Amino acid sequence: MRITCPLCGERDRREFYYVGDAVALERPDPDAGDVVWDDYVHNRDNPAGVTRDLWYHESGCAAWVVITRNTVTHEILSTELASKVKEAQS
Amino acid sequence: MRVNGKGLVDRSAPLSFTFDGKSVEAYAGDTVASALLAAEIKMIARSFKYHRPRGVIGAGSEDPGALITVGSGAVQDPNVRATVQEVYAGLETRSQNCWPSLNVDLLSLNDLAAPFLGAGFYYKTFMWPKAFWEKLYEPVIRRSAGIGALSGKHNPDTYEKAFAFCDLLVIGAGPAGLMAALTAGRAGAEVILCDEDSVMGGRLNGETYEIGGQSGQDWAARAVAELSAMDNVRLMTRTTVTGAYDQGTYGALERVGHHLGGLGDTPLECFWRIVAKRSILAAGAIERPVAFRNNDRPGIMTASAVRTYLNRYGVAPGKKVTIFANNDDAHRTARDLVAAGVHVAGVIDTRQDAPDGEGYEVYKGAEVCNSEGRKALEAVTFRYPDGREDKLQTDCLAMSGGWNPSVHMTCHMNGRPTWNEDILSFVPTDGTVPGMVTAGACNGAFSTHAALAQGAAGAEAALGDLGIKMTKADLPEAEDAPYRLKPLWAVAGKGRAWLDFQNDVTVKDVKLAAAENFRSVEHMKRYTTQGMAPDQGKNSNVAALAVLADATGRGIPETGTTTFRPPYVPVSIAALGAGAQGDGFAPQRFTTSHKASVDAGAPMIEAGLWYRPSYFPAPGERTWRQSCDREVNMVRNAVGICDVSTLGKIDLQGPDVGEFLDFVYTNMFSTLKVGKTRYGLMLREDGTVMDDGTTARLGENHFVMTTTTAAAGPVMRHLEYVHQCLRPDLDVSMISVTEQWAQFAVAGPKSRELLNGLLDVEIDDASWPFMACGEVTLQGIKGRLFRISFSGEHAYEVAVPSRYGDSLFRLLVARAEAMGGGAYGMEALNVLRIEKGHITHAEIHGRTNAFDIGFARMVSAKKDCIGKTMSERPGLVGEERAQLVGLKPVGVVQQITAGAHLFNADDDPVRENEQGYTTSVGFSPTLESYLGLAFLRNGRARHGEEIKMVDHLRGITTRCVVCDPVFFDPEGGRVRG
Repeated sequence: MRITCPLCGERDRREFYYVGDAVALERPDPDAGDVVWDDYVHNRDNPAGVTRDLWYHESGCAAWVVITRNTVTHEILSTELASKVKEAQS
Repeated sequence: MRVNGKGLVDRSAPLSFTFDGKSVEAYAGDTVASALLAAEIKMIARSFKYHRPRGVIGAGSEDPGALITVGSGAVQDPNVRATVQEVYAGLETRSQNCWPSLNVDLLSLNDLAAPFLGAGFYYKTFMWPKAFWEKLYEPVIRRSAGIGALSGKHNPDTYEKAFAFCDLLVIGAGPAGLMAALTAGRAGAEVILCDEDSVMGGRLNGETYEIGGQSGQDWAARAVAELSAMDNVRLMTRTTVTGAYDQGTYGALERVGHHLGGLGDTPLECFWRIVAKRSILAAGAIERPVAFRNNDRPGIMTASAVRTYLNRYGVAPGKKVTIFANNDDAHRTARDLVAAGVHVAGVIDTRQDAPDGEGYEVYKGAEVCNSEGRKALEAVTFRYPDGREDKLQTDCLAMSGGWNPSVHMTCHMNGRPTWNEDILSFVPTDGTVPGMVTAGACNGAFSTHAALAQGAAGAEAALGDLGIKMTKADLPEAEDAPYRLKPLWAVAGKGRAWLDFQNDVTVKDVKLAAAENFRSVEHMKRYTTQGMAPDQGKNSNVAALAVLADATGRGIPETGTTTFRPPYVPVSIAALGAGAQGDGFAPQRFTTSHKASVDAGAPMIEAGLWYRPSYFPAPGERTWRQSCDREVNMVRNAVGICDVSTLGKIDLQGPDVGEFLDFVYTNMFSTLKVGKTRYGLMLREDGTVMDDGTTARLGENHFVMTTTTAAAGPVMRHLEYVHQCLRPDLDVSMISVTEQWAQFAVAGPKSRELLNGLLDVEIDDASWPFMACGEVTLQGIKGRLFRISFSGEHAYEVAVPSRYGDSLFRLLVARAEAMGGGAYGMEALNVLRIEKGHITHAEIHGRTNAFDIGFARMVSAKKDCIGKTMSERPGLVGEERAQLVGLKPVGVVQQITAGAHLFNADDDPVRENEQGYTTSVGFSPTLESYLGLAFLRNGRARHGEEIKMVDHLRGITTRCVVCDPVFFDPEGGRVRG
């Protein structure tokens, strides 16, 4: 499997550390309430299809990367720096 | 026998090897299979279940018959295909799956018991009595089943793995693959051409027809010569592409040293990961056998294999060869044999319109229905269309039921092949592997002309995609014979007709599976074990499907195929895991004091990948406890030196580091003054403690964080996550400097005195109070000094660039020894911190929170931080939580052990009554007692209570009193000096 790091270019997936759903970027306010926090920390979708998740280019440039991919076809649809995605959100 | 004037083997280079201890003559270029056939050794192996004699059936990696063991002892390599193993002088080969010998195999009695050993026999026969399964049936079945065996010894052979990259990967170097590589290579593309054979050319080397006016063999050799001269083309022989993976990644197994006999440090195999922008699958096709009664005798082979042995190796597999076929292609075998002067007993063709023979008899519309011969074929019986039977004396039957395209790789990413009625087989479905096209026989195009044309077209398409300019390839002239065949899967009749030669699956077994309602192809496969042997059904699956389709009244496309999974050929685990054994599995990290510690006789223990000294034995000390007790006393009374470089060190710089640390740690760091150090606690977002450590502020915008040894990597990752994913607005940069600094604890009442002998500017309490930090120079070397203490003594940690680590450690230890101290190891470090109630990952083990360890007040109310919200959830705070306490023994039994369970003094020590557990224990020479740190339900309210520690594993019960976890110097007067 090959992943295109936005900084380093196309690399083997072994250089990356997989974390999980990119929903991790959307940290709730401290007073958002139990349900919202429970959702944020514990609940994750498991889609057959397009998903967005976070990978860490640990054996490379240390960038956190948001990867949009298809769990059925294994296509990688896009890769973006997590910091850019987060900045765009706020 | 050898046929003069034929073959690519080097007649000028005779050599010999052994098979079952007997010497066999061969030529360079032979495989074990061709050499054994030349020597007229026909029985090579025994089959899996019935232990029937097995010989060579095919000529390539798919051969299901001739499995052998190569070498002996630790390097013994079982289940090697004799058709793939090249001969070399001194090669040692053996038959397998037979006892006591290939000729007299006692388990061949299974063959007589065949009526009881049909599909699923072990599910039915060995059901009762129940107790017999484990004691009798299973051991007996395990002993008799299986094929080759490993030696059970450590294998010293070397294996490697490697990566390669290219524009175009061409899989298979037959006419299609060579034409593709030529087209792309001439255009300047980066090409990798892989072929599993030792000589490129594919079927061309086994055939006699011409390409462009020269023999196929010569054309292939010239193509290879042209490709070899191109810098942009890499030719990889003996390399089987084993699987297609995501984003154009392919696995490939190169047999590097198998043909050299393990000379020097050449690895046996190399596993490649090839990343290709485009690929062309030109894997060819495999000829399928025909199922008829007793079709498994040695001497019965595929028709194309017979041609390969004749044309490639100059070997006639028999003196009197019969051909049995349903297609024109197999007639080539008869023609080639006749032309080479080998007697052809006849061609039995199931088609009434079969072509006439050219110097041999053709029995049109007939079919072979039985064979004879105990350990090798002696005769075949065949049946005319009118039902009459006749017999031919023959020692080799070349059979052909048609060809199956090698579609495997196109199905590795969940693709399914498409049934093609014209060739009665499956062909690849377009687009199943992104970036891959198929060409030639594997695409169902069986003529040489079609192979060349599709190879060129495939390369042109790939070059077009990649934007590489080319000139259109000139296709050489080649045969373009139509492929005509009539369905023929299994000849009707009594007796056992083999489908899967390796797993002994017969037509009857597949019919039985269907009759017992295992009608799905996946069920039939598992019930009968069809296709589950090392060849993975390459020779037999399509025929088995046809039999199943017939038995269930469905068509073959409706019946479907089983799933094709990588690898295409067996891949040794050693190749896949190359480099990951021993030190490769767990690399060793050494501190700068490693050599000095080892020189001092310290036993080294693993701490993650690091190695740290356990203790430093002094003369006369015979147990670790003696050393440990002495080292603890040394730190408490004089001064000790300990390498703490393994702790993670993270350098953080930028105007917003203070705010960043406030968010990462539970407590405040933005208020920390320059030149000061603070202890920090870090939570995971779920409120559980992640790590702890001290962080020093060296400048307004410059902090250095320490992490625990174990969490150095995870904390670095976490900090980058928090910064990039949650707070990219903060201006912070960070880098791990763990290996850049050698850092030593100098601990004990005499620590300052020791350091003042080394520092260029002396320190005192006023200039360097508790928790102070800053830059210093030691004998001209710039370093850092932190007044922090894990031991609870007046202590410092001094850091210098790693290159000075070894000399500083030796210097510190020498000075300490002169002052009545010395180096101390992990055992003493552990006792010292337990005496002080300091936690490690034994306590912050992933299930405890700040409240549990008594640090609830460290979670600042003034700010948000990672984990704060979730740590306030109900159930994470309160009496029901197990809380950190100290334990001291009070009864006759004085020992406290780690991992033991706690119970109320009068309760039964059973799970329901469990009150907590011990985490860290040690004997304190300072307090002359065992001490334990433990988590006890509502523990902080229970100081002074007597409880019971029970270690069920070691059988120890100790009465303990619960106390504060800080056993020694609770006021902390000693750290302040």
